[in-house]
Amino acid sequence: MSEMNSSIAEQIPRLRRYARALTGDRNRADDLVQDTLERAWVKQHLWRRGSDLRAWMFSIMHNTFINQVRKSQLPMVEMDDDALEVPVRATQEDGLHMRDLVSALVELPVEYREVVLLVGLEQMSYEEVAQVLGIPLGTVMSRLSRGRERLRTLMGGEAAPMLRRVK
Amino acid sequence: MNNNDMQIPEHELHAYVDGRLDAARRAEVDAWLERHPGAAERLHAYRQQNDMMQALFNPVLKEPIPLGMHPRARPRHFPMPLRYAAMISAMVISGILGWSLRGVEAPQQKPIMAMVNRAALAHVVYTPEVLHPVEVSKEQEAQLVHWLSKRLGNNIRAPHLAGAGYELMGGRLLPGNQGPVAQFMYQDGKGQRLTLYISSKMAGKGEASFRFAQEGKVGVFYWVDEDLGYALSGEIAKPDLLKVANNVYQELNK
Repeated sequence: MSEMNSSIAEQIPRLRRYARALTGDRNRADDLVQDTLERAWVKQHLWRRGSDLRAWMFSIMHNTFINQVRKSQLPMVEMDDDALEVPVRATQEDGLHMRDLVSALVELPVEYREVVLLVGLEQMSYEEVAQVLGIPLGTVMSRLSRGRERLRTLMGGEAAPMLRRVK
Repeated sequence: MNNNDMQIPEHELHAYVDGRLDAARRAEVDAWLERHPGAAERLHAYRQQNDMMQALFNPVLKEPIPLGMHPRARPRHFPMPLRYAAMISAMVISGILGWSLRGVEAPQQKPIMAMVNRAALAHVVYTPEVLHPVEVSKEQEAQLVHWLSKRLGNNIRAPHLAGAGYELMGGRLLPGNQGPVAQFMYQDGKGQRLTLYISSKMAGKGEASFRFAQEGKVGVFYWVDEDLGYALSGEIAKPDLLKVANNVYQELNK
């Protein structure tokens, strides 16, 4: 039992990193990690020995997060729809663009945000992402493609070469 | 040349960004991107997204884990009424603990580590810039140094690193944790860029020893010297970066 405990505990730093990026908020992120740990503890008999514990924990976090998002009544949009539009916020020219990344990530629809982060931040293979999120590989790739492009637009990367602003 | 109209499937472009293509295919995509600058720019932006995410969130891995965040801290196989009792007492205890430890546990980053983190972020953000890598270029070095000194409230200098093979490109003013900070950018003959981040109001203990931190792909040597904190960032091998850091230190203490 304690072996399982320490294996779960080993995942905490990575779960916290992902949660921080996913929620954009320190306290919300740590609450999410705590909820994930509790659910993992309760469901540990469901984990198949020898299978990837990290993927299992991340998928518990995914489910926990999605449930929270649904409960908090934030608008959930079905992502099968190509026509989904996200309003593009005017980005500041000055200041640290890193700040923009945090706010742009939070503005990214949850389904895109998860895929972009699991690939770019967690460095998971596309197959692992499909396993964690419980979606087909093709869906991972299309969400990745749209998510990255949306993020680029949100951060003003697309408009920059056209503006040619000289300070 | 008759490959000009060949299209690379979108999923392979992403695999390229994520370094998941084999060498042969990567070379083909490289060649294709040469002829498709729009796509090259797009992929560059995607890669930068990955780098920025890493630089921004990797420090979370090193943060101390909050008290109580541990699977073992959960109540175990008590009978139901006992389980509720355990939950309530756990809530009361953690409430008391939380209250009495307020301000203690909140993992305040040391100012120097916050500086290192920000230096690495600024490095990742500004070194890929093609049009505006610096705010004021080296042609106006005297004004640049004067301006930055004034804003930082400290006499700062832009060390000359020709001895290490790096040339000053210029610098910029940036928002730091405790007010304005300066960033100087350098480039070698091959276009490899380094940045020197200088922050004032660092409570130095007079020990000017180099320390090293790795923030994603960016290596950072940092030290404190007479109230000024320095962080030299680069995506080069650690021994090479150390050589330049030594050079910076010598130049500044001439």
